[in-house]
Amino acid sequence: MNALEQLLQGFAGAITLENLGWSLLGVTLGTFIGILPGIGPALTIALLLPITGYLEPTSAFIMFGGLYYGAMYGSSTTSILLNTPGESGSIITAIEGNMMARSGRGAPALATAAIGSFVAGTIGTLLLTFFAPVVVKLAIAFGPAEYFALMILAFTTASAMLGSHVYKGLTSLALGIALGLIGIDELTGQVRLVFGYAQLLDGIDLVVVAVGLFAVGECLYVASRKELREVTVEAVGGSLWMTREDWRRSWKPWLRGTALGFPFGALPAGGTEIPTFLSYFFEKKLSRRPEEFGKGAIEGVAGPEAANNAAVAGVLVPLLSLGLPTSATAAILLVAFQQYGLQPGPQLFVNSGPLVWTLIASLFIGNAMLLVLNLPLVGLWVKLLRIPQPLLYGGILVFSTLGVYSVNRSTFDLGLLFITGLMGYLMRRFDFPVAPCIIGLILGPLAEQNLRRALSISQGDWSVFITHPISLVLLILSVIMLLLPVFWKPRTA
Amino acid sequence: MNKRTFVKAMAAALMAGFMSVEALALDNLTIIAPAKPGGGWDQTARAMADVMQAGGQAKAVTVENVAGAGGTVGLAQFTDKNKGDGNALLVNGLVMVGAVLTNKSPVSLTDTTPIARLTGEYEVVVVPANSPHKTLADLTAALKADIGSVAIGGGSAGGTDHILAGLIAQAAGADAAKLNYVPFSGGGEALAAIMGGHVAAGISGYGEWEGQIKSGELRALGISAGAKVEGIDIATLKEQGVDVELANWRSVVAAPGITDDQKKELVAAVDAMHASDAWKKVLADKKWIDLYMSGDEFGAYLASENDRVTGVLKTIGLVQ
Repeated sequence: MNALEQLLQGFAGAITLENLGWSLLGVTLGTFIGILPGIGPALTIALLLPITGYLEPTSAFIMFGGLYYGAMYGSSTTSILLNTPGESGSIITAIEGNMMARSGRGAPALATAAIGSFVAGTIGTLLLTFFAPVVVKLAIAFGPAEYFALMILAFTTASAMLGSHVYKGLTSLALGIALGLIGIDELTGQVRLVFGYAQLLDGIDLVVVAVGLFAVGECLYVASRKELREVTVEAVGGSLWMTREDWRRSWKPWLRGTALGFPFGALPAGGTEIPTFLSYFFEKKLSRRPEEFGKGAIEGVAGPEAANNAAVAGVLVPLLSLGLPTSATAAILLVAFQQYGLQPGPQLFVNSGPLVWTLIASLFIGNAMLLVLNLPLVGLWVKLLRIPQPLLYGGILVFSTLGVYSVNRSTFDLGLLFITGLMGYLMRRFDFPVAPCIIGLILGPLAEQNLRRALSISQGDWSVFITHPISLVLLILSVIMLLLPVFWKPRTA
Repeated sequence: MNKRTFVKAMAAALMAGFMSVEALALDNLTIIAPAKPGGGWDQTARAMADVMQAGGQAKAVTVENVAGAGGTVGLAQFTDKNKGDGNALLVNGLVMVGAVLTNKSPVSLTDTTPIARLTGEYEVVVVPANSPHKTLADLTAALKADIGSVAIGGGSAGGTDHILAGLIAQAAGADAAKLNYVPFSGGGEALAAIMGGHVAAGISGYGEWEGQIKSGELRALGISAGAKVEGIDIATLKEQGVDVELANWRSVVAAPGITDDQKKELVAAVDAMHASDAWKKVLADKKWIDLYMSGDEFGAYLASENDRVTGVLKTIGLVQ
């Protein structure tokens, strides 16, 4: 057990008062930026890069690692309580989580998110410790053809979120795909659908659209409806803590979410969002009460929350063992390593073993710290919902505006936020689901780019998608997913 | 550090209020990094700010990030808002030359006042360790035989990597119009595609793949420098008979419409910054290659690079 011994030595290095302090600072800061929509861990670590000139490498990475995990925790809190996702990985959490919060089950929703994140983060870090080499092989086996097949599989999961009218769900999905086309085409550098606005050249920021559709759209809708304005949300109905039933319904989604999230994080084009779609889809399909989905099913919070935290652990695998950054945050972390003259890759474990193992140990510690910090706060957070509706929604508007503006200090982004907000209002007014739009916006560009890359490499030969084994398997799975509801109806309780 | 810079800026601003202005120091210099924090342009701007304040070339320096579209969003804002402003600099580089062309930006670098080329990085051509292409000659022969079958991965379309791929194809005598270049978003995706053997070869800045080259996962076939680079054990493209030289340079330009005196003052300040020990330390710490060239010499270079990039992007069909 060589890895275990080294990990224990890592713990010895991490458990010093100073390092625990940096970890605490990282997780606290991370929670805060997770709460604020717009500012993410990548930008924060980039802004903190100059401190590498003053800090020991171990301390700096302990803080950065805590910050990365912390952002995921913070973001789920605002998704659940305020329907305002702070990071793109918790967009799906907002769907069921916010429904739970509105029916007085905010506390169990927050608890299952926090415990699920802890479980996933811990298992993910364990997998990082012992299975990094295997995961790395998998990550490299994925080329453009495999990614395209993966995106097709992910698209089928949208079927779980289309809502009661399929044509309305598909319209929303198409709208998202269309929004995804805006900006410079990655493959040819040509400009598409920008209508002369230079600010649109880099495409539309996902977080701006998510906050606009979810938070701003919701505020406008509530304000427009007298009967909704006067509803008082019961902050705590029933138990503050998770009931036995909640535990029973949460543990499997936590594990399944972890299993989905971890490998996705390790994939260069995986990200934290797609495993949350898959997790939501599976939980809905496997649930004995699929009718509860969309009305506040705890499985729909537990699974996706575990998935996004496990993905964060997954991101560290190729970063540490190959020097391969698979997310924006990982790319900035790579810069931080280079500031210290360290080159992540196979050599890192050999040359700077103690640093790496201390970092991994501190991730376990940071994760435990986040759980301890977050669980007692659950009771406090849910009190937010006792705020009278006009003040609460007014506050959400201020908060969303501030968050989005702070990223680029661009008034254009604000305009975009309110336009998508108006769109979100109209979609609610006419009963179109908003989640498929977000899925289209995330998956559309990835599917398009990888399809074209694959065809460019194969010189126009479409058979690559069925001659590559991984791609073939993924496409067959997609077909099964689509046909599944036709032949197999889940048992109803 | 931001807080420290801020305090210094405040102190400098207060002092400027009480004391008469010194002749050679710029007052409130603004350096615009047309990218998000953390990248090369941002790091250049922040390093300049530190060195120029410490060395007294400027009393207070503010760094502003205006990100977007290969820097063309920042460029457009700079030429418009800072017109005639002798206290503002824009960090830019070869990538912006290409971005201006592919994005059909209404303003180009020729609309600015060239000040100095600062640093640069050379590009490497790599193949996966188990590739059948053992040497650069193997790769160029394959390009010449059937260019479409040799997929080359790298960064964004029209960027430095793409430009180099086009230049190599041209120099190899292959039909560059049929170049099969596959752009990836960010170094990570391209790296994975090469290591996994999904593309035949890859091009990127040396620093980005240094670790994988040293550990043997990637084989470097050539580097785009003019002569062997100290500390890098890779033969140049030129030495191997492919007559191409390309540096991914970074530079600073001033706003359009400034007076000759203002230009002289800025060039003198940047010259003094470059000569300082603090700048030499920055270059060593960040492993940036010193490619300093200022004033009119840089103006002529900028124009010639603009022509060369336009030419190659037209040949590979990215720009009409």
